[in-house]
Amino acid sequence: MIAALVGCVLLAVITLYVTFGGADFGAGFWNLVAGGDVRGEGPRRLIEESITPVWESNHVWLIFGLVLFWTAYPEAFAAVTSADAVPLWLAVFGVVLRGAAFAFAKEAHRLASRRALGAIFAFSSLIAPFFMGCVVGGVAAGKVPANATRASAASWTGALSILCGLLFVGACAYLAAIYLVAEAAQRHDVGLQTYFIRRARLAGIATGVLSLAALIELGRVDPHVFDRLTGRALPLVILTGACGLVVLTQLTTKRVRGLRLVAWLGVASIVWGWGVAQYPIVLPGTDLSVSDAGAPSTTLNTLLVLAVIVLLLVAPSFLLLFRLQGKQLLGSDELEPSEA
Amino acid sequence: MAAFAQSLLAASAGGVGPARVQMGSTLGFHIVLACIGIAMPTIVLLAEFIGLKFANPVALLLARRWSQVLGVLVAVGAVTGTVLSFEMGLLWPGLMRQYGSVLGLPFGFEGVFFLLEAIFTAIYIYGWRRLGGWKHFWTGVPIAISGIGGAMSVVAVNSWMNQPGGFTLANGQIVQVKPWQVFFNHAFAYETPHMIVAAYMVAGFLTASVYAVGYLRGRRDRYHRLGFAIPFAIAACLAPVQVLIGDTAARSVAADQPVKFAAMEYVSHTSTHVPEYLGGIYLNGRVYGGLPIPSMDSILVGFSPNTRVIGLDSVPADLRPPAPTLIHLCFDAMVGLGTLMLLPGLWWLFSYWRRRGLPRSRIFWLLGFVCGPAAVIAMESGWIVTEVGRQPWVVYHHLTTADAATTNNVVPTLTAIVVLYTILGVATIAMLRIMSRRWRVIDARNAPGGRDRSATRPVPTEAQRS
Repeated sequence: MIAALVGCVLLAVITLYVTFGGADFGAGFWNLVAGGDVRGEGPRRLIEESITPVWESNHVWLIFGLVLFWTAYPEAFAAVTSADAVPLWLAVFGVVLRGAAFAFAKEAHRLASRRALGAIFAFSSLIAPFFMGCVVGGVAAGKVPANATRASAASWTGALSILCGLLFVGACAYLAAIYLVAEAAQRHDVGLQTYFIRRARLAGIATGVLSLAALIELGRVDPHVFDRLTGRALPLVILTGACGLVVLTQLTTKRVRGLRLVAWLGVASIVWGWGVAQYPIVLPGTDLSVSDAGAPSTTLNTLLVLAVIVLLLVAPSFLLLFRLQGKQLLGSDELEPSEA
Repeated sequence: MAAFAQSLLAASAGGVGPARVQMGSTLGFHIVLACIGIAMPTIVLLAEFIGLKFANPVALLLARRWSQVLGVLVAVGAVTGTVLSFEMGLLWPGLMRQYGSVLGLPFGFEGVFFLLEAIFTAIYIYGWRRLGGWKHFWTGVPIAISGIGGAMSVVAVNSWMNQPGGFTLANGQIVQVKPWQVFFNHAFAYETPHMIVAAYMVAGFLTASVYAVGYLRGRRDRYHRLGFAIPFAIAACLAPVQVLIGDTAARSVAADQPVKFAAMEYVSHTSTHVPEYLGGIYLNGRVYGGLPIPSMDSILVGFSPNTRVIGLDSVPADLRPPAPTLIHLCFDAMVGLGTLMLLPGLWWLFSYWRRRGLPRSRIFWLLGFVCGPAAVIAMESGWIVTEVGRQPWVVYHHLTTADAATTNNVVPTLTAIVVLYTILGVATIAMLRIMSRRWRVIDARNAPGGRDRSATRPVPTEAQRS
């Protein structure tokens, strides 16, 4: 029971990282494809304004998730980090370059350096989610042995891994476009709103196609997880599909109200679908289950206490941050009158 | 120097060598940013407090600019910190497999503090324009508190590795964990304050040294004097406190980890009347070139020349730390620089007593500059002492570093990391220089006699305007 609850906490943290941190990566994708300096200026500025105050806080969910993972399931963590060392390193490099380039780009005022840093930011925003997706795909496909001690290409280069990598990039881009539609709407910028509606629709369709392909491939390589995903996790899968359709309809009719929430729910429910399908196994293809994956009960209890603390302290703080950001009260401090 | 290089090589020898070098270099890089993240918010808040309380526009301007610097450094720190989280598994799967459920607990608390820190840092540094006055000031207070909380949690993990406890092993499996004993382990009480004070000294002296350079180059306006005085005051006040904490910590290490202490002080044989060596190189049980002070080590450990100090010979050779020379010289560097950093504070006190102001002597300002790098070197040296000194153990007396390390080839990632971090370091410094140059241009333009006299003061925040 406690083990299952801790699993839920970990899944919740993953959900928050995917739906918020993921969208920040997706914003990098839209930065990449925004075109030349002139054409891309508007979208790029909106992207920068939207993610500047929040990306770091969203990013911390990744660190918190890692800590929960190794504390609750140390065996599985060691197996994954050993077998998937290569994609994890690539994802880490992506994370470092993305964060550093983004932070520097804000302060660099020369066009050439801004352009170079912007390009690094954009490319690394693709690399990080792609390789994280490869890792998750390999885990879901049951390619990580419980006693893995060496890096193996087989753990992350299967078709499901690659599909999941692309799916992660797609889902990030999809969420980012949706959030940017809302940001543009808040600023009453009809041009940018239309711009991102078009892109959200494309990304939505691409993500939907990739999800179906990943589902089919999952059925081929890991029938066990597939059966559960289409069995007890079916309501969640249907919810994801329904949310996707609602979002597409809303995008077509250009109705922005509630768009973010529905899109968020769609992505969140597939994360939970994955969790429910795997339960109680931590590493598919092995017998490492949530209840015997390594951590004693006092550790698990403490993690639950930690979750309550997060709920009491961190959740309201995040709400405050998002509220201030929503009211456009946060922005770069251009204090110098003669700087302009 | 050759001996130093040799010690470094010795420290990195063996199969786990590349993993240790990689962990050491990424941690060594991150720790400077971590210090700034922990302590800089307090410095900025003090400046903002002075600015608001005494309607001091110069202090407010400093606070706003410092928070922009903080924004860049915290972002780089967030990503280099992420590298370390991944490295826990990528470099040390053996450690995580065995003890992940124990040392993960303090890390979990660190995660909560880090979340709060990130959120309020964002609100603080991006709230200058629209959240005015004291409301803005208060959004910064949680950053300072969570910085200290986060530092306590992370250092709790390290002190646990030095003095592990709070868990029960059965057949090689962790069967029970006592979270309180893990967090408040035996070394927590001396390691945590030592590091937090070090963080404040690094951030304070480093910030002050920037303005000391400005002063030495002839920029002696109020802006530079205040920019020096605020961070310097914090760091200089803590310098004597640190000497006391460090002294206690060294004695505790002598009791808790005698072999580490033996390497720190070149104690080759367990005996009484052990001399204290200043400097020197340790080769095959002998000290070359050091300055021995008779019986001093025994006196420092137990306040009497008759105190028996445990030597390196108390354990077989394979259980001794690999590079006593490196450990000892780093320890000497830390203690020496820590003592040096007492000087400018005393000087300032004297000058304040004599004529109520900052000293005018160039030597003082030179010292003020030197303290910045000195604080960083002292802090890094301290980490080398505690980490290399614990070898061959990663969890003292429980797990060796060799057993904890990955069996994957680390050389490619080590190479990539060295290249990446070199670029990152250069870019970060370049970025700070660009920012400072930009501000200097603005200040020159705004200064009386400059081209634009319309704006001699920073823009007031909205609350002040209304």
